[in-house]
Amino acid sequence: MAKFLALAEYEKPMAAGGYRPLPYRFMPLSGDRYVLTNLVGEFVITERQSLRVFADGQLSYQDELYSELKSKHFLIDGDSDVALDLLAIKVRTKLSPLANFTGLHIFVVTLRCEHSCPYCQVSRANDDRREFDMTRETALRSLDLVFRSPSPAIKIEFQGGESLLNLDLVEFIIEEAKRRNEHEQRDLAFVLATNLAVLDDRVLALAARHQVLISTSLDGPADLHNKNRPRPGGDSHARAIAGIHRARMALGRDQVGALMTTTAASLSRVRDIIDEYITQDFDGIFLRPLSPYGFAVKTKSYAAYNETKWLDFYFEGLDYIIDLNLGGFPFVEHYAAMILQKMLTPFQPGYVDLMSPAGIGIGAVVYNYDGDVYASDEARMLAEMGDTRFRIGNVHANTYEEIFLGDALLDPLEQSFAASVPMCSWCAFEPWCGSDPVFHHATQGDFVGKKPLSAFCGRNMMIFKGLLQRLNDRPQVREVFERWANIR
Amino acid sequence: MITLGSRKIDFAAGQEIDPRAIVRVSTDYHRPLPLRAREAFLVRGDDAPAGFASYLVLPNGRCPDNVAAQRRVHLPPEFEYLDDGDVVRLVPERGEIRTLYRRSSPHNSFLLTERCNNYCLMCSQPPRDVNDGWIVDEILATIPLIDPDTGEIGFTGGEPTLLGGRFFELVQACKSYLPRTALHILTNGRTFSDDAFARTLGSLQHHDLMLGIPIYADLPHVHDYIVQADGAFDETIRGILNLKRHGVRVEVRVVLHKQTVTRLPALAAFLARNLLFVDHVALMGLEMMGFTRANLDALWIDPDDYRSELTEAIGILDRARMRVSLYNAQLCLTDQRIWRFAKRSISDWKQEYMPECEGCIMKGDCGGFFASAKHRYSDRISPIAA
Ligand code: SF4
Ligand code: SF4
Repeated sequence: MAKFLALAEYEKPMAAGGYRPLPYRFMPLSGDRYVLTNLVGEFVITERQSLRVFADGQLSYQDELYSELKSKHFLIDGDSDVALDLLAIKVRTKLSPLANFTGLHIFVVTLRCEHSCPYCQVSRANDDRREFDMTRETALRSLDLVFRSPSPAIKIEFQGGESLLNLDLVEFIIEEAKRRNEHEQRDLAFVLATNLAVLDDRVLALAARHQVLISTSLDGPADLHNKNRPRPGGDSHARAIAGIHRARMALGRDQVGALMTTTAASLSRVRDIIDEYITQDFDGIFLRPLSPYGFAVKTKSYAAYNETKWLDFYFEGLDYIIDLNLGGFPFVEHYAAMILQKMLTPFQPGYVDLMSPAGIGIGAVVYNYDGDVYASDEARMLAEMGDTRFRIGNVHANTYEEIFLGDALLDPLEQSFAASVPMCSWCAFEPWCGSDPVFHHATQGDFVGKKPLSAFCGRNMMIFKGLLQRLNDRPQVREVFERWANIR
Repeated sequence: MITLGSRKIDFAAGQEIDPRAIVRVSTDYHRPLPLRAREAFLVRGDDAPAGFASYLVLPNGRCPDNVAAQRRVHLPPEFEYLDDGDVVRLVPERGEIRTLYRRSSPHNSFLLTERCNNYCLMCSQPPRDVNDGWIVDEILATIPLIDPDTGEIGFTGGEPTLLGGRFFELVQACKSYLPRTALHILTNGRTFSDDAFARTLGSLQHHDLMLGIPIYADLPHVHDYIVQADGAFDETIRGILNLKRHGVRVEVRVVLHKQTVTRLPALAAFLARNLLFVDHVALMGLEMMGFTRANLDALWIDPDDYRSELTEAIGILDRARMRVSLYNAQLCLTDQRIWRFAKRSISDWKQEYMPECEGCIMKGDCGGFFASAKHRYSDRISPIAA
């Protein structure tokens, strides 16, 4: 029998040669701790002193940290260079959704609404005037553009106003899209955003026939929800709950989703809001920041809204949800889940507000009722305030190329690319973050913004640190997070 | 444990049997005559139809006078398991019989070569640098005799890909003759670091192929040490990437022993981050065969002592939604929360239980022991009570 060689023999190339660091960035956490991230968002947490030794090229291959850094592709040495192949594949995987181009196409079928929510940016009082409805001609031109997108998966989402007030057009668009799709063969899906207040059997039959997903609004318990969402009769919550039940019964439990809007009144109520979602049998909640656009600014509700308070709201909610999970009740906070997917998996979630290159236009696009094309939902809200910087064309006046390859879209995309703008380019969180040029334009007047002054940056940085701290401190929390990260 | 081969067979006169025959075994009295001429009849009772190439006579069987003595082979009781549809090799000159395929077994596998370019510390089939190309011919002769309703067959080694072009010939034969049978191949994957080799395998478009490829550590030099081959890790990883690129399914296999368990959670995280697209991860208890016994000090660790690493690693893989199985594990040494991943996989001719298992209610689900475990097994086996 031939001799077996000892482990030390196989360590020789490392002992002999030193190492080459691969691209990485670092950022202090609390106390002495630092987080290091590599090109694709893998991370290592260590002490300041160890980071210094690594950065100085002095880290011994026998150090536990060396093994961790090597395993997670922060360095290569004379022993092996397959890390480069793997890293290349991971970079490609993270960026690959870009090649599909626009997947989400939002149709604003009417601005009319029977609610009069104070924070709402766009809706018009409910009346029978049709001037705020999308026409069939506009819908057909928009569909031409939808199917010019190379994306193999196309999702058409109907928004308002209250989309159900123009149900005829919704039906028209669905049927026309399906007809075209017989040739196109895309993975075609529909989402109907509605407050469910005027839900009827015709809507349900339509949704059932075409597997339409219902996305509704639920802001919390009845008092909070009704305060946020005034309508004649003050019964918004009751109608939403009844609608959710009816829609689930007709379409299936998982065909109905809910989104919450955070207002100043929400900030002290996070547990109540989460409990309401549990009561209504949802699997998770998306604890959303309030957007700074539209009426929200005009009515001063944004001023009352304070970024620190929101973070307290967020982390109180997050910790409450984590405790539910540790107690054996699975429930997801979707904003964290999205970030955790970036941190803990090879994938890149398609959440438009947290992408770089930004998701505007190339992740999602909005066809407004009047044929104007906006780079994002926030972009059309900004336009309602008189700033049309992100109006990237009009379906009647412009070609696909003019809209999607024009400067109005490409300039903000290129300029805001996080990996090449000040602060983000050396920020350890850049692989998990995004660029949001619409927000920075709205708040600071340019696509990039000064990140130390940016609420977007400040908020996300706190969330990244908060998530890191929680998963690093408690192995059980890490398990919960791994589960959230892999919801696809 | 059943006996697959023997070289102490009484071929009696036996002169009319081919010097090296691969034959299908039959118990069918109405077998068409043209087929009898190349098959062996299994004699259990006291008569036998005429015209078979040979007659395998079990202890209670008596050959009628119409069967020429020159075609009789007398088998010892260990071969009682033989049955219709099995395939055996007969070499009268060496007094040899070897069962190549058992129709009733879900674990038929074929050793393609004894040669290997790894030299793993725990190899159960220590490689030999011999010229054993004849094996390929024998398997090519066997494949057409296998029941096409067989669920799965396996190729092992040595390293099967060292056969080069003949490796593809064997895969193609399985595709052509066994169109409903899955093919599982154990390989170290290194040869597939040559993209052309991987592409050729992919282009054969076998209908149900899985390559079982070991990765023993997230750190290259640790893997290289375990397989005793410098640079093996890089080649194996590149091989897996090439295979997946060409549409070949891959199962990552990890043998659990002292050198692999410490970094098992790190390996799981590495797989989840870098090789999430592999089709299965198999974690396997150590078999006390071959080199393992020589390297026992470097390899042996009581499974009870790597419980927590195993649970954590399986959790990481499962939460990443990878398909995971745990083989050859004793349930009483394994956390209950990962029992659902445990499979009873030890080939039926190897699986056994220990005296300590007496009265255990989980015996029916437990992976049990390789027969070879008599050389070393945990002293913490304790029957699970209701
Ligand atoms: S926005 Fe802030 S947190 Fe995000 S990458 Fe830029 S600097 Fe980092
Ligand atoms: S006592 Fe034996 S049968 Fe029972 S779990 Fe342990 S090893 Fe398995």
